[in-house]
Amino acid sequence: MTDSTAAALPAASTAASNGRFGPYGGRYVPETLVHPLAELTEAYEQAQRDPGFQQELDRLLHHFAGRPTPLFHARRLSHHLVPSGRARVYLKREDLLHTGAHKINNCLGQALLARRMGKRRIIAETGAGQHGVATATVAALFNFECVVYMGADDMARQALNVARMRLLGTEVRAVDSGSRTLKDAISEAMRDWVARCDDTHYLLGSVLGAHPYPAMVRDFHACIGREARQQFLEAEGRLPDVLFACVGGGSNAIGLFHPFLDDAGVAMIGVEAGGRGNKLGEHAARFLPNGGGRPGVLQGTYSYLLQDDAGQIAATHSISAGLDYPSIGPEHALLHDVGRATYTSASDTEALAACQLLARIEGIIPALESAHAVAGACARVPTLAGSDGKSELGVIINISGRGDKDMDILTRTLGLNA
Amino acid sequence: MPESIPTLAPVSRRFAAIFQRARDQDRCALIPYITAGDPSIDATVAIAIELARAGADIIELGVPFSDPVADGPVIQAASERALARQTRLADVLAAAGQVRAAAPEVGLLVFSYYNPILQYGVEAFARDAAAAGCDGALVTDLIPEEAAAYRAAAQNAGLDTVFLAAPTSPDHRLRAIVAASTGFVYAVSRLGVTGARTAVAPGAAELVRRLQAQMIPAAPLPVALGFGLARAEQVREVAAFAQAAVVGTALVDAIAHAPAGQSAVIAGNFLRSLCLGAAGARATNGSDPAKSGEPHGS
Repeated sequence: MTDSTAAALPAASTAASNGRFGPYGGRYVPETLVHPLAELTEAYEQAQRDPGFQQELDRLLHHFAGRPTPLFHARRLSHHLVPSGRARVYLKREDLLHTGAHKINNCLGQALLARRMGKRRIIAETGAGQHGVATATVAALFNFECVVYMGADDMARQALNVARMRLLGTEVRAVDSGSRTLKDAISEAMRDWVARCDDTHYLLGSVLGAHPYPAMVRDFHACIGREARQQFLEAEGRLPDVLFACVGGGSNAIGLFHPFLDDAGVAMIGVEAGGRGNKLGEHAARFLPNGGGRPGVLQGTYSYLLQDDAGQIAATHSISAGLDYPSIGPEHALLHDVGRATYTSASDTEALAACQLLARIEGIIPALESAHAVAGACARVPTLAGSDGKSELGVIINISGRGDKDMDILTRTLGLNA
Repeated sequence: MPESIPTLAPVSRRFAAIFQRARDQDRCALIPYITAGDPSIDATVAIAIELARAGADIIELGVPFSDPVADGPVIQAASERALARQTRLADVLAAAGQVRAAAPEVGLLVFSYYNPILQYGVEAFARDAAAAGCDGALVTDLIPEEAAAYRAAAQNAGLDTVFLAAPTSPDHRLRAIVAASTGFVYAVSRLGVTGARTAVAPGAAELVRRLQAQMIPAAPLPVALGFGLARAEQVREVAAFAQAAVVGTALVDAIAHAPAGQSAVIAGNFLRSLCLGAAGARATNGSDPAKSGEPHGS
């Protein structure tokens, strides 16, 4: 079973009561949403103090979602990256969870909250469709009415997940405005919530948006890092040296990183979507130097944001729909600024190569999102392992989701039907 | 905390004078909203001047934004058209300056999302907006708790800060919203995004009443009601309990469907049709104006 006590969270970078992570975060929403957000904050704080809530969540995480997930020693990948044997690379297998990604952790937590608040209708946005499927799943489990907003372009590239949501009884609404991707799906979900906040819970799927979402969604995913830390200690008798995770909004990354924040010797590397180039519009790497990312306000929060010089939000590109978003969770902005985590990017091509590599040498097909984390590790681990001649480099890569949903893209891009 | 937000004195003489004039004429003020840059920034200037001529008391100049989460499809589309023509905040302020030169009495309110202002620079925005002749600003996604720097900059520049009040706002929030607002307060008539409706939302009068109960009795702020208003009959209904009616989507839609070169004429005609409603039952801001003394700032 998972250890879910909120009291175990490290003090570092936990959101202040106003939802600030240093200068980042906050609550930038139309006035109509302030009271629903305050109600949600209060309900969440009450739930954290209620042992019954944690027990119910732990029960669902274990018996329904399949926690704890394995921490797998990837021997062939370790050897492939560092032939001398001086690296021990582990994979945190969130891809083995029910619905195929880490997203279910947060959905179960928020579904329990929605039930506590008496909300019978839930809405969500989705990019790759993983959060949409996880939301549709808990909606079925809890007997909620459910609407998922999805960019029309994303519906085309993630058709399998659209069908899954519909099979689960959820209404998928296509969003045709703006860039027709995740950003616009979030805007449309916010518009729905403004109109229906009296009977509807907005089940936001990443560490984005207005307070309390960034801190609350992080807490629901912190089980990833708590388990991984314990599992690595048991396997290796020490803490890892470096963690890798992909970063779109940043929920799987913060879930892995957060329980390690007070472990000064553990480095953390977030891998953003490098897309097909470094120019604004060709990538989704908010921290890329000269890439067009600088602090601004979008969809409720103050964080790094890809934008033009007039403050209009820029188009983004990534082969992975789940990373194709112009902003990043405000806690990552703080971790970036203070240097506690570092951020790099992997291109579409590098992510595809990493996906093939992991499939061929470990028998694991990662989601294209997670393949970015693998690509980041492929680029860094050989150098890091060589920097210390004596000891072995301990590595954890978060495999946040599985690649089944990406088979159409992989088939086309890699010519698998030829 | 909301309670710690100090009350600022009204800084715009023009808004106060406008509401006094409307009261003297036994009507509610009319506030049309237009998206600047749609169909072009030159057209926006012409439309605003024609709206003033047709009887608009205050004009809301909407700054187009790429991700307008509080707007319905009509204003979203107008913003997209304005952005396709590269309309920037600086262009909107320049347009305001032209409107001010041609229409010295009309009130001008910049209506924006926060990020364009943040990237322009909050202090530079307040300074340039005031210099262009704008009287105030309303930032859709900026609540009083996040607005300390913005309010200070606006006050220094002499720009009124109008905040939104919503049906979901509890009384303690209404108190903070009133305390942070100068010039007037904008009450959102119903849950949801901008968009035309055929009737005034049933809870609107109650929200205005709750807002007025939070005002300082000696210096109550006028309340403008918006979201969903489109027709003269609705304006007449609003005039019975609020000091101003805001009409946005219906006007933006009329402009969008105007034949080329006719947008100013169409907008002026639309506004004149609303004026018929504005002279309906008079709202008295919850008290007899004869007893409440001179309104603030006039």
